[in-house]
Amino acid sequence: MIDLVQQYWQQYLWGTSGHPTGLVITLWLTVVSLALGFVLALPLAVLRVSRTWWMSVPVRIYTYVIRGTPLYVQLLLVYTGIYSLDAVRATPVLNTFFRDALNCTILAFMLNTAAYTTEIFAGAIKATAYGEIEAGRACGMSNYTLYRRIILPSALRRALPAYSNEVILMLHSTTLAATATVPDILKVARSASSDYYLPFVAYGIAAVLYLCISFTLIWLFRRAEDRWLGYLRPIAAK
Amino acid sequence: MFLEGYGQQLWNGTLETIKLALLSLALAFGLGLIGAAAKLSGNRWFAVPANIYTTLIRGVPDLVLMLLLFYSFQDLLNRITDALSQPQFDIDPFIAGVCVLGFIYGAYFTETFRGAFLAVPSGQLEAGVAYGMSGRQIFRRILFPQMMRFALPGISNNWQVILKATALVSIIGLHEVVKAAQDAITGTSSKGAFHALIFLAVAGLIYLTLATLSNLLFLVLERRYALGVRQPEL
Repeated sequence: MIDLVQQYWQQYLWGTSGHPTGLVITLWLTVVSLALGFVLALPLAVLRVSRTWWMSVPVRIYTYVIRGTPLYVQLLLVYTGIYSLDAVRATPVLNTFFRDALNCTILAFMLNTAAYTTEIFAGAIKATAYGEIEAGRACGMSNYTLYRRIILPSALRRALPAYSNEVILMLHSTTLAATATVPDILKVARSASSDYYLPFVAYGIAAVLYLCISFTLIWLFRRAEDRWLGYLRPIAAK
Repeated sequence: MFLEGYGQQLWNGTLETIKLALLSLALAFGLGLIGAAAKLSGNRWFAVPANIYTTLIRGVPDLVLMLLLFYSFQDLLNRITDALSQPQFDIDPFIAGVCVLGFIYGAYFTETFRGAFLAVPSGQLEAGVAYGMSGRQIFRRILFPQMMRFALPGISNNWQVILKATALVSIIGLHEVVKAAQDAITGTSSKGAFHALIFLAVAGLIYLTLATLSNLLFLVLERRYALGVRQPEL
């Protein structure tokens, strides 16, 4: 057990020189997919609540399909499915992009988290008090100004509790990257386990690392909620 | 030929997925009820282990837990059989899948049920006591039916998550839909590249169908348990 820790602790955390692995890769996957997913989800959520059917229906179909299928299948589709197409292999740009496992996993994760985030944001936008929107209109704001100044700042705050759940789920989902040969914490745990035949220790270390990241994220979101959602707290709790 | 002759395998895989998901749901449901009862019991000896259970399970990714539990138990079994000089005994991936998924999602169900039990007005329970009902009668006639009303949206959510999580069990070797699709891809790799996309899309479509069907079922259940509740008219 001590041998395992001594040989693998660096790989569990940041990897050997030049080859980042473990915790660093897991955090990178989580942060990049969430950031890209957020950027994609914001306009999609606005389209999702639109009254024009040809704007909202495609987004609805997108979120329904993504949320109705396992991320593992989506990852396999991007990682093995798309790369099996001759057209993709023949195009140099696509070929280099899809040959890299890290690109494929980030693409799949981004599309996945964007669907869930879109639904969360759309729900929060719909729950905006109608009087606020009327007030904005009365002041002569355009739709764009209305979204930028009134709807989005308040909707994104109210979405924080649900969004924090999605962030934790995304962190947990990044473990699937290990099946696509991306060297995240789980992948390191798998090699350590097969090297030393100590599955409990090897996966146990991974579990503790994930637990630490989860708790840190939960703590960060609690602070964020105190900061930005303080005004919604029940009076008794103050 | 239909799906290059892999249609039957995919169908068998689908049945395996459904069986796995339903049995895991049953186990998680039971564990959730026990966990919620323990958390709400007010007895520290029950509440603290239940809290540790839900916190640890919900903080660790399901795939990590699955591999951790599956390989550790297999390792433990191997050590025992070695010590007794018996032949190696392999854990069945189906049973392992049911146990692990049930154990993991039991923690999520615990939280769902805990919230739902708390949402039943205590006056209802007091009324039961005033009528001279026993604890079991109160649970069966008053608490459980009303608790289900509040728990159903959460149960529906958890069920969808379990259904999708069954795909992970293919990683520990169970022949369910995803594994069947992967076998089909390997089997047809010589016949042109397009097959991988088709088989994976079929697998995705199967999950989508199952999700849609269970959505409809939950709609019916929600109506059933919402009998006697006035819906706000919007």
